Amino acid sequence: MSATTTLAPPPRLQSALVLRGLLLAGLAILALLPLLNRLPVDSVLHVSDFIVAVTGKWICYGVLALAIDLAWGYAGILSLGHGAFFALGGYAMGMHLMRLIGPRGVYGNPVLPDFMVFLGYAELPWTWWGFSSFPFALLMALLVPGLLAGVVGYLAFRSRITGVYLSIITQAMTYALMLAFFRNDMGFGGNNGFTDFKELLGMPLNSGGTRAMLFYAALAVLGLSLLLCRHITQSKLGRVLVAVRDAESRLRFLGYNTTHVKLSVFVLSAMLAGLAGALYVPLVGIINPGEFSPGNSIEAVIWVAVGGRGTLVGALLGAFSVNALKTWLTSFAPDLWLFVLGGLFVAVTLFLPRGLVGLMSRGPGR
Amino acid sequence: MSGSSLYLDGVSVVFDGFRALNNLSLIIEPGELRAIIGPNGAGKTTMMDIVTGKTRPTTGVVRFGEHDLTRMDEAAIANLGIGRKFQKPTVFDALTVFENLELALKAPRDPWSCLRWVLGAQSRRRIEGVMEEIGLAERARDRAAILSHGQRQWLEIGMLLMQEPQLLLVDEPVAGMTDQETEHTAALLRRIAGQRSVVVVEHDLEFVRALGEKVTVLCEGTVLSEGSIDHVQNDPRVIEVYLGR
Ligand SMILES: Nc1ncnc2c1ncn2[C@@H]1O[C@H](COP(=O)(O)OP(=O)(O)O)[C@@H](O)[C@H]1O
Ligand SMILES: [Mg+2]
Repeated sequence: MSATTTLAPPPRLQSALVLRGLLLAGLAILALLPLLNRLPVDSVLHVSDFIVAVTGKWICYGVLALAIDLAWGYAGILSLGHGAFFALGGYAMGMHLMRLIGPRGVYGNPVLPDFMVFLGYAELPWTWWGFSSFPFALLMALLVPGLLAGVVGYLAFRSRITGVYLSIITQAMTYALMLAFFRNDMGFGGNNGFTDFKELLGMPLNSGGTRAMLFYAALAVLGLSLLLCRHITQSKLGRVLVAVRDAESRLRFLGYNTTHVKLSVFVLSAMLAGLAGALYVPLVGIINPGEFSPGNSIEAVIWVAVGGRGTLVGALLGAFSVNALKTWLTSFAPDLWLFVLGGLFVAVTLFLPRGLVGLMSRGPGR
Repeated sequence: MSGSSLYLDGVSVVFDGFRALNNLSLIIEPGELRAIIGPNGAGKTTMMDIVTGKTRPTTGVVRFGEHDLTRMDEAAIANLGIGRKFQKPTVFDALTVFENLELALKAPRDPWSCLRWVLGAQSRRRIEGVMEEIGLAERARDRAAILSHGQRQWLEIGMLLMQEPQLLLVDEPVAGMTDQETEHTAALLRRIAGQRSVVVVEHDLEFVRALGEKVTVLCEGTVLSEGSIDHVQNDPRVIEVYLGR
């Protein structure tokens, strides 16, 4: 036998190249949208405000999908609570946006948001301290989800809770948070949440230019998240994650502390989800406790399943295609959506275990 | 040979009132190759579970050198230098032969180090050396999923070698192997022992004879007989419960 073992590109590279081409083309098209939006309305290439707004949302969903894929597709941690991390990131940014309204609120109070004046608050609760600073709010959008994931993950992974039990715990987590955020005495606006934002970083939110900026900020974050996830999944840590997913106990006997591995990836994934939420709120202009609803988390997992878990392109493809389908369908038959979503999930599980990406690439997946 | 010996004394394991191990005592010296045989349900796998931290003994002492194994978890025990090959081969199917060995390679195992890991020339040579040793050099870039049963067993033995263990526990390595694969495996284990202790659990007496070392017979969770293969094969108690069925 020869000892020469060069690690030349594997045979699955060709389909990987096709996928990468598709991805780059997709990102390029996205980058063009705000520019095309500036064209005169009668131009054939004009893209409506609606399309820009909707795709901006999908970009944030794309970041969320990457986060879920990292935890589930690679490390096998099926979290049904990532919507909570997303919502917490959104709330952190929402609190900053509320503080920026200042005296422009209905009650004209320079410090207290309208809902606090309405509820008779005398002063800003401590939970709101610091949120007038953008960097602080952004930091909280990362740290709060990360900390929550750290605590929940530590307790669960340390006790070797896996599979469906972990899914149930995370689902319960988001449900509990939803109930908490619905309460007025939490100090986060109760069931109305936050809205009527005015500005961000000195730019008025109702201007087209600001919206384009936010769109590009989201796109840049998507690109960076993709690079980060790629860096992780292509490192030895990525192979450790796959090993945790496929044979965790075997990996323990190899001397890996799988609790630490899972905890790290879960926390990172939660922080990415929080970042996605923080980008989302200024784009859509509202955040309320509905974002915590258990269905949101499940829907996000379905995006990843449809696109193809365990591949980063798959996660993005799923987030964009399922949401495109949803936007189109709900424009004329909103009641059908949940049935279609459920059907989609069943169909993918039965017939396309590797998702849309599996359709395009041959050979066994990771 | 510097190294630690494995020392089990008075170990009992009770599962719901059933004694899987019953006052088991055993010493494996550094560098020793030991075969353990015994009927199904004798407690052979349970003995390995005890040593590797998968199961805690109900009573008894389990030491490796000066370390008390009953107080350590699986990962810590593995990092002490105790490697284990499972009865059912478990390799990482989604990864290639090379990647499987790379994961097993002795290197810092915390997430951050894994993220920063760069495969050096020396590590690569080591992995290639082990691939030669287990006869899988040609399969470096194939996923473990497509290997034959025998090749998976060797890959798993290779993964143990990558860990540079002082003590190797090998559970039924030749079950389901062809005669030729069995021979190859016996030769492989003989080569491996000497630099480290190896404990092999096996049913196949031809294989145990091919190993040519001291044999321990387990029965109902306790040691029935110990000595050369000829000695134990002629022990009347062994003939009664095991060989003379
Ligand atoms: N986790 C467990 N729970 C209950 N009984 C067990 C467990 N593990 C092993 N046993 C029992 O202990 C006995 C010894 O099993 P084992 O060590 O696997 O035997 P061997 O490997 O020698 O065939 C068997 O009767 C088995 O059913
Ligand atoms: Mg057994």
